[in-house]
Amino acid sequence: MSNMKLTRRGLIKTGAVAGATGLALPTYLRADGHAGFLNAPQGSTVTLGFNVPQSGPYADEGADELRAYELAVEHLNGEGDGGMMNTFTSKALQGNGILGKKVEYVTGDTQTKSDAARASAKSMIEKDGAIMITGGSSSGVAVAVQALCQEAGVIFMAGLTHSNDTTGKDKRANGFRHFFNSYMSGAALAPVLQAAYGSDRKAYHLTADYNWGYTTEEAVRTSTEAMGWETVNTVLTPLTQTDFSSYIAPVLQSGADVLVLNHYGGNMVNSLTNAVQFGLRDKQVNGKNFEIVVPLYSRLMAKGAGANVKGIFGSTNWHWSLQDEGSKAFVKSFGTKYGFPPSQAAHTCYVQALLYADAVERAGTFNPCGVVEALEGFEFDGMGNGPTLYRAEDHQCFKDVLVVKGKEEPTSEFDLLEIVEVTPVEQVTYAPDHPQFAGGSLGTCNPGA
Amino acid sequence: MGLNKKDFTLLLIVAILCLFAPFILNPFPEGSALAQFNAGYPDLMQRLVIFGIFAIGFNILFGLTGYLSFGHAAFLGVGSYAAIWMMKLLTMNVIPAIVVSVLVAGVFSLLVGWISLRRSGIYFSILTLAFAQMSYSLAYSVLTPITGGETGLQPKVDDPRILDRVLEISTSQRANLFGLDMNTSHVVRLGDWAFTFNAGYYLAAIVMLVAFYISIRIFRSPFGMMLRAVKSNQQRLNYTGLNSKPYTLAAFVISGMYAGLAGGLLVAMDTQVGAERMFWTASGEVVLMTILGGAGTLIGPVLGAGFIKYMENIVSKINKSILEQWFAFMPDGIEDLLITLVYPFIGKGWHLTLGILFMLVVIFLPGGLVEGGQRVGRLFKRKKPADDKPDGKTTPAE
Amino acid sequence: MDAIILQILNGLDKGSAYALIALGLTLIFGTLGVVNFAHGALFMIGAFCAVTLSRILTLSHEVIDETKTDFLGNPLKVDVPYIYDIFGQATGDVIIDWAVPISILFAIPVMVGIGFAMERGLIKHFYKRPHADQILVTFGLAIVLQEIIKYFYGANPIPTPAPDAFRGSFDFGAMLGFDPNTIIYPYWRLVYFAFAAVIIGAVFAFLQFTTFGMVVRAGMADRETVGLLGINIDKRFTIMFGIAAAVAGLAGVMYTPINSPNYHMGMDFLVLSFVVVVVGGMGSLSGAVLAGFLLGILESFASMAIVLETLPGINQIIIYLVAIIILLTRPRGLMGRKGVMEE
Repeated sequence: MSNMKLTRRGLIKTGAVAGATGLALPTYLRADGHAGFLNAPQGSTVTLGFNVPQSGPYADEGADELRAYELAVEHLNGEGDGGMMNTFTSKALQGNGILGKKVEYVTGDTQTKSDAARASAKSMIEKDGAIMITGGSSSGVAVAVQALCQEAGVIFMAGLTHSNDTTGKDKRANGFRHFFNSYMSGAALAPVLQAAYGSDRKAYHLTADYNWGYTTEEAVRTSTEAMGWETVNTVLTPLTQTDFSSYIAPVLQSGADVLVLNHYGGNMVNSLTNAVQFGLRDKQVNGKNFEIVVPLYSRLMAKGAGANVKGIFGSTNWHWSLQDEGSKAFVKSFGTKYGFPPSQAAHTCYVQALLYADAVERAGTFNPCGVVEALEGFEFDGMGNGPTLYRAEDHQCFKDVLVVKGKEEPTSEFDLLEIVEVTPVEQVTYAPDHPQFAGGSLGTCNPGA
Repeated sequence: MGLNKKDFTLLLIVAILCLFAPFILNPFPEGSALAQFNAGYPDLMQRLVIFGIFAIGFNILFGLTGYLSFGHAAFLGVGSYAAIWMMKLLTMNVIPAIVVSVLVAGVFSLLVGWISLRRSGIYFSILTLAFAQMSYSLAYSVLTPITGGETGLQPKVDDPRILDRVLEISTSQRANLFGLDMNTSHVVRLGDWAFTFNAGYYLAAIVMLVAFYISIRIFRSPFGMMLRAVKSNQQRLNYTGLNSKPYTLAAFVISGMYAGLAGGLLVAMDTQVGAERMFWTASGEVVLMTILGGAGTLIGPVLGAGFIKYMENIVSKINKSILEQWFAFMPDGIEDLLITLVYPFIGKGWHLTLGILFMLVVIFLPGGLVEGGQRVGRLFKRKKPADDKPDGKTTPAE
Repeated sequence: MDAIILQILNGLDKGSAYALIALGLTLIFGTLGVVNFAHGALFMIGAFCAVTLSRILTLSHEVIDETKTDFLGNPLKVDVPYIYDIFGQATGDVIIDWAVPISILFAIPVMVGIGFAMERGLIKHFYKRPHADQILVTFGLAIVLQEIIKYFYGANPIPTPAPDAFRGSFDFGAMLGFDPNTIIYPYWRLVYFAFAAVIIGAVFAFLQFTTFGMVVRAGMADRETVGLLGINIDKRFTIMFGIAAAVAGLAGVMYTPINSPNYHMGMDFLVLSFVVVVVGGMGSLSGAVLAGFLLGILESFASMAIVLETLPGINQIIIYLVAIIILLTRPRGLMGRKGVMEE
């Protein structure tokens, strides 16, 4: 009766590392002789793991990511109107699942904590047999889960993560990022700021005191200083801070005439609200109007800050008002299904799911190493943001970046940002060995078994 | 082993539970609707025993002396950081990592305990909370070069790992025990059931049994008696000419070392550390585990830890489409109604379920889950009045 | 000099929020002897009273505007608040604009009701239970309350602006003879400070100068004796719980324009307010208020750029560092009584 079958899960890895193992353990391949990689799909279905924040401050963003994934699964399985599959330049996807296998999914809660996110991802890999993990709403989580996926041997398609580190010092061969990063925000914003506010400005930075804040401040500072701005002061604020009054009050005294808020999420909502409360935007300093800049915008956070975002510049990965065919198709199918336009987090997650599926189709295998090969150096279009490259050296997407401004006359609660400029990809491209991204290496892809 | 019969039985029961956990936690066949409730996968099994160790250690302080520390997560975090640095600098073998994590946490808890134990009651709680929150805040921000800050620390390809290089053991970045990879698993299939036996889990389980054994010995020792005396009336103890401080400090350090051990094991099983591990909610969690399970009892904290980790990992993963599968056999109207009623409590609503269950347990079972077990036990005993002895498993230590 | 004055202002303002929450916590602890971990949740619910009222005021019906289109290209549906239909657009706008101050009237009965329900329904049964049980059950309640709010209002912060008249800031510097723009302070924060001062004053006056307050104070000092005198002290304590809930709720209502409320704002304040209460000394009302302002001011000083340059990261830990120093030098906090919560 006892039918012993040795399996796929968590067995010691071959290839790159196994050769040197002291006490070499036997490596078992799956009994049905399928190619040797972790969680190879069995039967007629394939399981993807959607790991998004469902509790904690980013729960609403996570909910939007989940909506996008559900939509992507529908489209991959040939239900619904197909969305971006119709505009995507790669035509490998047939609408019959991935490699003919119906797409199923499991969900988990990252809680926006790296431990919880890893626990949830591990349960998807170990218990549910997920072949790919995707999602997340912070760089801490993205880096932690990316490292886990590398170690376990599955693909990680990052959700919303903006820190340079994700594809910089913490990059991994099994991880891919579609979202843009701090450097790109700085590079895209600087020319627009120069055009709007001139090149003789004094900037005061308030920066969230953790990795993402550091990389964003550095990126914005370097690119604004390059065009002639002076940085008067930079002050670090604790992540847990809710009332920013004591940081904002001294800004005017410093002689600065621009305030840069390197904050995201609740921090950004509160610091911006506080800054407007202090009347900074009505002031004149050095004979110029005082201005505020928010390097990373998200529509959900703009909603939290309400009328305070009006006229304030920032950058964003994608916005539903884009008029290219891909964006229009996505907004239409998302809007029809849910009744409101998608956020940038939803867009990036939807695209990541499609890109993964497409890479598997083109590779002809679910083997992570095949997928990595198919994604590296992959060029595509029709997914919003224009022609895009998944760079082989660091697994970062290079595409146009949007500079946006808080809209003065919003027509609905979703219509909060207007696109000021679509910064072309050349302007935000950097060398793989750029100092802001130094100190990491991809390693080799890990198929897990 | 220096245990009386009752304690030995208890230890034996725990050992058997640990040994057969892969079976016990996977009661439902793979692919069935109830498979969602299976907890027998390596990561969760590891977490259950590791947080069990954390709670056992916390209970030595809180359960025996009554001192409510609100900062124990800091010791867990410090232990974790020590362990990951061992892995980055020395070797991926888990032994040095675990040993050093216990030692470092011990030293840190000695420092915190020496200061905090100058006060008692809520003043002590706030002092420990303050130390833990400072550790968290600094680890997340200014100490980023040491702690990795927001993105935490993971082993990387280019870490020095001196011992591994010198001995030419392996270039792998996976935690191992003399070459035995912590992730190694064997799956046994019996019909539709799949049971996973994981090396890391069994290592953690053995460590927990040792930790549990030591905790029984402490509970039954003269030292444990002294700690209980501190709880019942510290003033009277002091009047008898005894200085209670060395005893409470010893208990504090021991429980800090347990926390460090748990932290080290967490890294051994899953090679990553983030600062959130030290946030006050993490300290609060171990308090909840201990009280929920039954403070001052031997087995209670382990039960409480299992309860909370199970909720966190299982209930949060149930989503709407799974609900739809479950209720698919019902007529449409009733299906929709059931989904609407259940939906707020699962998936993203798992916190709500946890909160409600907390309240129910505290309101109706003042002694925690252990008391629940006792009541059930008594229910059965009443039928056989001859056998009136309370069973070992559920007797509170007091 | 001007920088210091500015940070004192900031500190007083931050401190007034801490003091209000800590005051309520101490009231409950002092009267009922219960450690209420759900107090932060009461603050949060107060804030959501303001959100709810402004939602009620802007309750709308849809009017289709054929001239504009929505994001899918369909005719735009414009929401028209019912209040426009009742009072006309001009008056309607004024009422909506003043939603936050109006919410005070709405929040008092709601919060007192919630306070009564909590005390009678749950906390009453925990008087004789250990403090650890009280903490656990109220913590569970706090989670449940915040999850309910999250279910209905989402996790995102919800902007709740102050009335137009209070937007912008006031130039103190010019008044004191400094250069313009050196010491500016938002009107609404001044309102918040004044409001806190009034509430704190009212609570103290109520306890000091009314018979009811006298009985309550006597009950706090020696509950049994007061009971033996034939006074129904329990009923009065229940009322005190309602008052404490209302104080927390009002602190929340008035806080909404300062920071957009979200469902976990209560938890954000919870730990901090406990530190404030303990630093002030368990059971001491004036200690709680004093510690609230003290920690608020110190926190503001720690966030000054010049301080951060010499001591990086001090803004992360200042509150806890001060708490440790005070508790080590003064065993029972600033004004604590001996023997309270020391076992």
